[in-house]
Amino acid sequence: MSDASLDAPVLSADGKPLKQSLNQALRKQKIRALILIAPLLVFVMVSFVAPIGSMLMRSVQNTAGVDYIPDLMPNVVASIKDWDPRSGETPPEEVYRGMAIDLAAAFENRSHTQLGRRFNYESPGFSSLFRSAGRPVSRWDLENDGPFKEKFLDLNDDWGNIEYWASIKANSGYYTTSYFLAAFDAERTSEGIRFKDPDQRIYQKLMLRTLGLSLLITFCTLALGYPVAWLLADLPVRTSNLLLILVLLPFWTSLLVRTSAWKILLQDQGVINNFWVWLGFAERLPLINNQTGVIIAMTHILLPFMILPLYSVMKTIPPSYLRAAKSLGASNWTAFWRVYFPQTTAGIGAGALLVFILAVGYFITPELVGGADGTFISNRIYFQFAVSGNWGLAAALGTLMLVVILVLYYIYDKLVGVDNVKLG
Amino acid sequence: MAGSSANDAFVAFERVQKSYDGETLVVKDLNLTMPKGEFLTMLGPSGSGKTTCLMMLAGFETATHGEILLDGKPINNIPPHKRGIGMVFQNYALFPHMTVAENLSFPLEVRKVGKSEREEKVKRALDMVQMGKFGGRRPAQLSGGQQQRIALARALVFEPELVLMDEPLGALDKQLRETLQFEITRLAHDLGITTVYVTHDQTEALTMSDRVAVFDDGRIQQLASPDVLYEQPQNSFVAQFIGENNTMEGVVQEIKGDTCIVKLDGGEVIDAKPVNVTKVGERTRVSIRPERVEFNKDRLQPGAHTLKAEVLEFIYMGDIFRTRLRVAGNEDFVVKTRNAPDQVRLKPGQQIEIGWLPEDCRALDA
Repeated sequence: MSDASLDAPVLSADGKPLKQSLNQALRKQKIRALILIAPLLVFVMVSFVAPIGSMLMRSVQNTAGVDYIPDLMPNVVASIKDWDPRSGETPPEEVYRGMAIDLAAAFENRSHTQLGRRFNYESPGFSSLFRSAGRPVSRWDLENDGPFKEKFLDLNDDWGNIEYWASIKANSGYYTTSYFLAAFDAERTSEGIRFKDPDQRIYQKLMLRTLGLSLLITFCTLALGYPVAWLLADLPVRTSNLLLILVLLPFWTSLLVRTSAWKILLQDQGVINNFWVWLGFAERLPLINNQTGVIIAMTHILLPFMILPLYSVMKTIPPSYLRAAKSLGASNWTAFWRVYFPQTTAGIGAGALLVFILAVGYFITPELVGGADGTFISNRIYFQFAVSGNWGLAAALGTLMLVVILVLYYIYDKLVGVDNVKLG
Repeated sequence: MAGSSANDAFVAFERVQKSYDGETLVVKDLNLTMPKGEFLTMLGPSGSGKTTCLMMLAGFETATHGEILLDGKPINNIPPHKRGIGMVFQNYALFPHMTVAENLSFPLEVRKVGKSEREEKVKRALDMVQMGKFGGRRPAQLSGGQQQRIALARALVFEPELVLMDEPLGALDKQLRETLQFEITRLAHDLGITTVYVTHDQTEALTMSDRVAVFDDGRIQQLASPDVLYEQPQNSFVAQFIGENNTMEGVVQEIKGDTCIVKLDGGEVIDAKPVNVTKVGERTRVSIRPERVEFNKDRLQPGAHTLKAEVLEFIYMGDIFRTRLRVAGNEDFVVKTRNAPDQVRLKPGQQIEIGWLPEDCRALDA
């Protein structure tokens, strides 16, 4: 090859650039491949990406019911801009006037309670404030009944509370950070943003507990699963297949069934405690409705996710490596630690990642056997969604969880390398 | 090596038996002694017990019965890592997560050799197999031949007195195999290492070894130097297994000292050397090497028996000619002749007469 041929584009036989010809030749294949995956692609977009996207959006959208706050309270939002909560004075008359107009309009639409609930997430008390003000305000003559400041204060002294007005001002845009602040156990006051008192920081505590317990459970599954996977990989295929079924059998059983089974086994009058007492111990062990129960049940439930990747990696390691190490003078332990173990790190990585990520998002098991101090962040997210109806906070917690997992995944990729992970 | 006896044996198997399932014996009553510095090959078809013997010597399998001695000491209860035996595996077994130099350094590290001494020994071992520049590479970046050189260097770097090789060249192509065969023998002799080499490739066994033990059915069928093995096989199995071979079956008609007369099943009569036939009337299988068949009557002994043969096929193979004949009803009778200037080239359909020296035709067990 001469050097000139490196600069000029390579041509195909008919004189067209080779790259172009190649693209043409491959286009048909690409289109065919795209058509084949199209149904899945559409399904994933419609049923997964879009809902999750909208859920993530909810964590920053400032809405009451289906409407945005600025659309529900246009007059308040327009007039409160110029008021500074740090001045120490209540908002000027035009803000109260705006509130009267907006509240009257909201009462017409029956949305003043939704407004109340929205601001109640910021400070408790808003809900009753708005609800009780709805009917009286709707009777006022908005043209002539001013000034409204006094009329509001007559209804309730809280209408003169600067902190309340500060909350309204802070959440007067289409988007809000207050859900994320709440998810971080922070709050906004008239002086600015600060963390809540240490004993009220429930989400930080829950987040740390979720990550900590997940890490512990991952470690437990590794400690229990590693020898099992090794045994499976070492046995003749016929025996190992049989044992593999034993590993998979619980895996095929419903999660709810297995968790309920643990509930029966672990309870105070359960099999394990009865056996414990039969052995002669006086105290029954507190195994359920605490962290111990969660660790035991989740370690068992997640064990197959550790064993399977480990097994598939160990299966590919020929026994001659260990033999070679021993023939070179390594004791059993050295041969294992220096030769076998390093080759299984890909499986450990895969198993640990899988178990950890699954554990962090676990809901049913902590809910059923966790009690008060064994609940995970997911239980709190569920509570905010289903019981308290604060979808914004639930979405913010969910987003936070997603970010934490992605960050951990990134760190993991930097340390271990995701390319090295083998799932099977 | 001929003067080996149990007294100066470096490696000895004494009445060793091995069974995996308690029903069948994989190794039946193995007795073998090896002097120091010998290159011994265990040759045999798969399932003949040769690899099991090697694994028992290495310590990865335990003998069901009998004693294995290394330098006079029984080693049955010594774990593999304390035997100090170097081993080369068929799949190389180079540790994939270590570089070449780390692989070589491994046996020295577990022996607590100092760092500087370790580096020097690794370098010397790499130079020994002409792989000096590859210390920083990973095994996956090397070709099969290069990996096997590294595996060899790793087995030698801690200077073991005994090295075991389990079909080390099995996965390589022919040319590379021949180069490495030569290198392994040269190294083994230069370093004075005792070597046990397992293979199912008879050419490899013949070209490399001081002695070859032919295994079949859990027993050593014959233990001899390559030339003896090839020219004087002790039984039909060895004759069949080593090299190419023409066989014919018949009955012993007469035994006269070093020669006997065999009447083939087709009625023809030939001369042969009785090897493991003892009495007249016994059935026998006679064996003759393709290159020892003679069709120039002048070179035969006077009075020697000859057989009529028809040329079926003539194959030109470059250095030799390979002629297929029909002899006494056998259509696969092969004759090999050297491509010499005066050599006759037979044509298919030609009728000829063939014969041989009686000592080249061995009457073996049927």
